Amino acid sequence: MAPYILKRLAAMVPTLLGVALLIFLLLRVVPGDVVEARYLTQGSQFQSQELMNQERQKLGLDQPLWQQFATWMAGLARLDFGLSMWTGSPISEEIKLRFALSLQLALMASTIATLLAIPLGILAAVKQDTWVDYAVRVFSIAGLATPSFWLGILMILVMLTVFKWMPPVVFTPLWVDPWDNLAQLIWPALAVGYRYSAVGTRMMRSAMLEVLREDYIRTARAKGLWLKLILTRHALKNAILPVLTVISLEFAFLLGGLVVTEQVFNLNGLGMLFVEAISRRDYTLTQALVMLVATVFLLVNLGVDVAYAWLDPRIRYR
Amino acid sequence: MAVTPETLRELARAEPRPGWLGVVGDFVRRRPLGTIGAAIVLAMVFAALTAAIIAPYDPLETDYGAMLAAPDAAHWLGTDAFGRDVLSRIIYGSRTALTVGLGASLLGATLGSLIGVASAYFGGRTDLVVQRVMDVFFAFPVIILALAVVAVLGTGAGNVILAIAMPMVPRCARVVRSSALAVREMPYIDAARAEGFSNLRIILRHMLPNVMAPILIMATAFLGEAILLEASLSFLGLGVQEPTAAWGLMLRGAAVQFAESAPWMAIFPGLAISLGVFGFNLFGDSLRDALDPRLRAQ
Amino acid sequence: MERLVRMLAFAFAAMLALPGFAQSPRNGGELVFPVPSEPPSYDGHREETFGLIHPIAPFYNTLLRIDPNDKSGTKAVPSLAESWTVSSDKLTFTFKLHKGVKFHDGSEMTSKDVKASYDKIIFPPPGVGSSRKGQYADVAAIEAPDAYTVTFKLKEPSASFISSMASPWNFIYKADILAKDPHWYEKNIMGTGPFTFVEHVKGSHIVGKKNPNYWDKGKPYLDGFRAIFIRDSASQVAAIRGERAHIQFRGFSPAERDSIVSTLGKKVTVQESPWDCILMVGMNHEKKPFDDKRVRRALTLALDRNQASKSLSKIAIVKEVAGVQVPGTPYATPPAELAKLAGYWPDIEKSRAEARRLLKEAGVPEGFSFTFTNRGVPMPYEPLGVWLIDQWRRVGLNVQQQVIEPAAYFGTIRKGDAQVFMDFQCGYIVEPDLDMYKFLSSDRNPANYGRYKDPVLDALYDKQSHAVDFEERGQIVQQFEKRLLDEEAHYLMTLQWHRIIPHSAKVHGWTITPSHYLNNTLDTVWLSQ
Repeated sequence: MAPYILKRLAAMVPTLLGVALLIFLLLRVVPGDVVEARYLTQGSQFQSQELMNQERQKLGLDQPLWQQFATWMAGLARLDFGLSMWTGSPISEEIKLRFALSLQLALMASTIATLLAIPLGILAAVKQDTWVDYAVRVFSIAGLATPSFWLGILMILVMLTVFKWMPPVVFTPLWVDPWDNLAQLIWPALAVGYRYSAVGTRMMRSAMLEVLREDYIRTARAKGLWLKLILTRHALKNAILPVLTVISLEFAFLLGGLVVTEQVFNLNGLGMLFVEAISRRDYTLTQALVMLVATVFLLVNLGVDVAYAWLDPRIRYR
Repeated sequence: MAVTPETLRELARAEPRPGWLGVVGDFVRRRPLGTIGAAIVLAMVFAALTAAIIAPYDPLETDYGAMLAAPDAAHWLGTDAFGRDVLSRIIYGSRTALTVGLGASLLGATLGSLIGVASAYFGGRTDLVVQRVMDVFFAFPVIILALAVVAVLGTGAGNVILAIAMPMVPRCARVVRSSALAVREMPYIDAARAEGFSNLRIILRHMLPNVMAPILIMATAFLGEAILLEASLSFLGLGVQEPTAAWGLMLRGAAVQFAESAPWMAIFPGLAISLGVFGFNLFGDSLRDALDPRLRAQ
Repeated sequence: MERLVRMLAFAFAAMLALPGFAQSPRNGGELVFPVPSEPPSYDGHREETFGLIHPIAPFYNTLLRIDPNDKSGTKAVPSLAESWTVSSDKLTFTFKLHKGVKFHDGSEMTSKDVKASYDKIIFPPPGVGSSRKGQYADVAAIEAPDAYTVTFKLKEPSASFISSMASPWNFIYKADILAKDPHWYEKNIMGTGPFTFVEHVKGSHIVGKKNPNYWDKGKPYLDGFRAIFIRDSASQVAAIRGERAHIQFRGFSPAERDSIVSTLGKKVTVQESPWDCILMVGMNHEKKPFDDKRVRRALTLALDRNQASKSLSKIAIVKEVAGVQVPGTPYATPPAELAKLAGYWPDIEKSRAEARRLLKEAGVPEGFSFTFTNRGVPMPYEPLGVWLIDQWRRVGLNVQQQVIEPAAYFGTIRKGDAQVFMDFQCGYIVEPDLDMYKFLSSDRNPANYGRYKDPVLDALYDKQSHAVDFEERGQIVQQFEKRLLDEEAHYLMTLQWHRIIPHSAKVHGWTITPSHYLNNTLDTVWLSQ
């Protein structure tokens, strides 16, 4: 097992290098830089080219591209993300609080998605082509079809007009005040979890249908074994893994990709930080965030594959 | 059957299986949900084609005397912050949604399948390199890619199509590649090679037609998603621009500002997006169910 | 008897109408306010965002300040300097400092600190950023003859000098610290202000607590303040509505005001004012047909500003019809005079007919199409963009909109590829020198994106800048305005922004001004029960 994991870890390096190169170049192609963002956007009266050049020099933006890239890579190799170009503070400090929020939200949303997907998927498969199946599918496809920002607007509207209540506006870490924390995060987690349960429900239904058709299940059915027993003992075991896989693969996306949801619910998470960093042309911070999300994505992938290899010896030495 | 992560991932995105001809008649009878989906899609296409006839107002016509008017006989779905008719803007908005949706899924599917087929055909080192490059795009956050494309090229329908198609390319390439790998082993490909046909000709004439079914299914599945992405980008201000009518754009700015006092501005365009995407998904889902032999009902 | 009742009723109504009347300030409480933007660093001399002023200004003082009770935001009053005198040649200003002012570290603030701070602002050492040194081009030298006296020597008389000394950005820092490290204040906070720094949690909040040794005895009234960073305006509204915050100092839209008022009713006080920010339309003089002033005049004549003032003010943060000065401030052109400028005429039909005539005369065909470049900011750029395109459509122009993302925007239009575009300026003090600098010839001002050169306009600017007589200066400002907006139509104004602050009725001692950079020291603010 260990050599397999090591091999896979080594294979991550070129992919990550590619990601690094891509984001590095993309950012330099996009018009504008952090100095313009700082000095040209406030509608102030006095512009000084001299001041702007001086700031660029300070940030190393006047160096040739290869040199900037090399500096960044050298830092990354030491796990040092460097300083944010906008605030001048260490990037680890900028990310810390937002990461906690995004991680918690992603975990909550994934949990909600799993809790919805598994029972609904089983139900739809067992009752295939009946109204129950249809209802489940309409429910889950509707989730996939509803833009999360719109759902968010509606949720806030209902809370305001019907319940006359507003979730807290400032993030409180779970360990400081669990109640305040949950009161803020449960709504976006529901909106997002519902949406992502759709993929899982569909997977669960397909996998379940497939398993139900396998010979040994048919035999079991023919022998008159209790359906419930089949579900729990045989079918479920084989069908549930793929669902967990899909949901864990979405996890990496949830961590950094909830830009619109975070905006609607005013969550100061990684998605929002992404948008802020890009809109300020904070190269170093954007780069760090992209690397973070890509690494998590690859690690989750690896984790899933390793879990499979562990469970199914047939594919271990693929 | 060995359930590998590889097949699962493909299954999650779309499950392509060839052999779909002759199912259409069967489809309506056996797939009521899919038929509803198809009906919604047809209605949307109809609205887009006949917008100029069926829309009660010019979607650009402002009326400062009827700003934020509630739905009534004159304006069935009310007016927006500039007194423009919401219904007319929704009808015209279906044009934007379909143009961008179709354009992006066609572009994404075409590029993706070309890359996938070529990668499978050439195999070896080429395949390896292409797969690694695709991995990079996979690991790259979608929204960042879209933001960057729009920031570099500017807003506007064409660039939005490109921005939405980009993340679809690697997904399509991966699925098509696995189908094409099987096709490559077919005797007629060897025969074509023996004839001395050029690689390009073999790829376009012999391989591509044989993986058309999965490509079409992928493209249908993309459509709904593309419409949703278009709406999200417009909502973020990165899509098409005012005064063009577009659903996501209608939800931006004033719709949020006046969500309480003029909720029709937020509710109806949102419904249009949901319904449109819902229709495409329902249709695509049933289509795939019907075409995938493994999932066909006994 | 009846008269007495009526009088009592009147007196009662007057008491209600004037918040704070007949109440004396109460000590205590923490003021909570959302800030829509987080400060990149703490150095006011370097940054340009109000996101710095709102949470950081309470930690500092400036030499002079704009009167916190003056709604026009133009009256300079003493702060760290208790008085000032000017020499008869108007070239030497002498400031007397308050005695016994202590920094938060306990050391005394003297003329040395004022001189060091202003030297950093006006004559920054290499590598130190100073954003607004251009405002002090007339200053020749700063001297500190004794511990409590500072003198500024000017090269030429300056009409705006005293206002400039009240700039909200010019925090007085400690000289010894600056001498050791001129960048120290970017990462640290240490001033003389009414509040001392407690903590800054990135992405979340900044907290300050009462400075018990504040030099202005009896102040501040608050125990402390908490600035919470909330980017999204709907969430800021929610914070005020949910009474989780008292006030947001930048401003809300009309819709947001209405939703706050409808929930909180009497628990909210609304203050409104013209806002010293304006969006204007720039026309690139290097692109045909915008090199032709008839075309530029037509574009401004097409706009129905008077009607927009009524309709757009319901949906966007704009309202007042204005020229180059904020309406209601000393140098603003009176409405009757303003109505004579092109595009400000009361009769819109006549104005549009003239626009069509000019377009025809200039050889611009009916249905002529051009691209209007706008900035991707929802309020008020987007509604104004829709409005402009609609107005131009009414004189037969077919305009497409291109929207550029906010950060890339000015970098892009600076390059000079845009034809017609939205431009923007925001002032931190209402002052002709600041508000009109933008329009100087492109060789004098890199922020002139219209790319024109107009020596006549430049000469008028310089003349008013050195005109120390109020009447005389006012006349020159009006001539400048007429040339800029009417005769040459280099730029065209949309509507003046309109600042709306609906805040908890518990907040007292704070007066709205035309600038969201002003009046944020919070020393006069107090909370009622």
